Amino acid sequence: MSDVKIRLRDLSKVFQTRAGAFTALEPMTLDIPTGCFFMIVGPSGCGKTTLLRILAGLETPTSGTLEITKPAAGRPSNSMVFQGDSLFPWMTVFENAAYGLRMRHRPEGEIKDVVGHYLQRTGLSRFHNSYPHQLSGGMRQRVSIARAFANDPDILLMDEPFSALDEQNKILLQEELLRIWEETRKTVMFITHSVDEAVTLGDRIMIMTAHPGRAKQIVDVPFERPRRVLELRAKPEYGELVYSIWGDLRDEVQRARALDEENAA
Amino acid sequence: MKNSGTFGLSQDAVERLLNFASPVILLLIWELCARFGVIDVRFFPAPSKIFTQLIVMVENGQLWKHFWASMQRLFWGFLFGGVPALALGVAMGLSRPLRMLVEPIVSATYPVPKSAILPLVLLIFGLGESSKIVMVGIGIFFPIVINAMAGVLEIQKIYFDVAQNFGASRWQVFRTVALPGAMPLILTGVKLGIGMGLVLISIAEMVGAKSGLGFMMWNAWEILSVETMYVGLIVIAVLGIVFSQIVTEIERLIVPWRNAR
Repeated sequence: MSDVKIRLRDLSKVFQTRAGAFTALEPMTLDIPTGCFFMIVGPSGCGKTTLLRILAGLETPTSGTLEITKPAAGRPSNSMVFQGDSLFPWMTVFENAAYGLRMRHRPEGEIKDVVGHYLQRTGLSRFHNSYPHQLSGGMRQRVSIARAFANDPDILLMDEPFSALDEQNKILLQEELLRIWEETRKTVMFITHSVDEAVTLGDRIMIMTAHPGRAKQIVDVPFERPRRVLELRAKPEYGELVYSIWGDLRDEVQRARALDEENAA
Repeated sequence: MKNSGTFGLSQDAVERLLNFASPVILLLIWELCARFGVIDVRFFPAPSKIFTQLIVMVENGQLWKHFWASMQRLFWGFLFGGVPALALGVAMGLSRPLRMLVEPIVSATYPVPKSAILPLVLLIFGLGESSKIVMVGIGIFFPIVINAMAGVLEIQKIYFDVAQNFGASRWQVFRTVALPGAMPLILTGVKLGIGMGLVLISIAEMVGAKSGLGFMMWNAWEILSVETMYVGLIVIAVLGIVFSQIVTEIERLIVPWRNAR
């Protein structure tokens, strides 16, 4: 975990809106080591999704530089697990999970093996011919995860992938994600608004300030791997860490709220 | 178990029976009225007469000849009008500059009654096959181009983000996102276009052809063979129903996810 995979230098994003310039992200400098499970926590509207979309190549930064270590030839740099429903309704579970590989023209035999593996790991083998509308929300998010993993990217970008799920499903999917991640230990950049989720999954947590988005603090998570979600949560150290991060975050959430009220007034 | 209705039949069976019975009863009344001189048989010949004429025309090959002529024109018209409309409509949905460029032209020409440009089309393309094919093509072009564009514009942005993030090329975005995403509306456009195509082929053949169902009906008027007119009407109506059914079947096959929307 020594070499740097993602290097941000004064990266910022300003959106031009009708009301004027809107700073989504203040200049940010950040190094993310290879193989790190990097969590970003912050109040809504703190620019965390913007940061992830810049990394995904879906937005361009206004200033600053972004360096991502090039993956081995033929492998994609990153794949994103989107927030909310992002599966193509017109494709089956298998076709959805195979999307990245198909776009890269991988041989069908390889696609069958790789996608089959991840559908099995996410417990979806029986549903490979189903369409997304036939699945529950939790199953759809599992397909979305399988799609990203099957593409075998260097970096996984996850944008609040579990935020729409109920608590039980969330814990199960977190366990599943950790299990699959252990196989490859890819670099992960994971956005959440849940401190619990951040401490459960991450190696390192960046707390962001309310608008404009800025890194407030970076916290290391000391728990060893592999982790079991419920066992971890039973530890007193877990509670302490969550409590201390909450302390930092609470000010930001309150500031975000005050800003919202100001705007509403 | 459904509620028992009339004569102890289930509600469902009664409804199906009524559905089937209403045209039969209508034909029966028509037949009786024609036979007993209640209606003028010069305008409304008895159904049995029309049916006899249909059999005669099937046997002497007349009906087949006209039917086949129309079918060929419809086929080429659908092909030459529909395929470019599909490509252009989807491309317009994908590209804002192209949409800005082409949409005013489409909006300006769309309200022109298609039958009103028949003289112009005849002037340009002559009395041969091409003028009829062009008319059908124009008829199917507009509903498909408009629906394909609207269909692409309705696709949620997140699907394009997914395609971009997973490295899809422009062509792959077209094939895996825009086309399937717009398909439900495109097929609605195809249905509308087929209806329009049938209207226009009838009109075009009445004025500028020596074969086809439209010509057959026009010619029947000239020689006062009312039964033949009705045969033409029936064949065209059946064609409309069959085409629409075929599209519905295609829809069931290639848009199995439609009920999810």
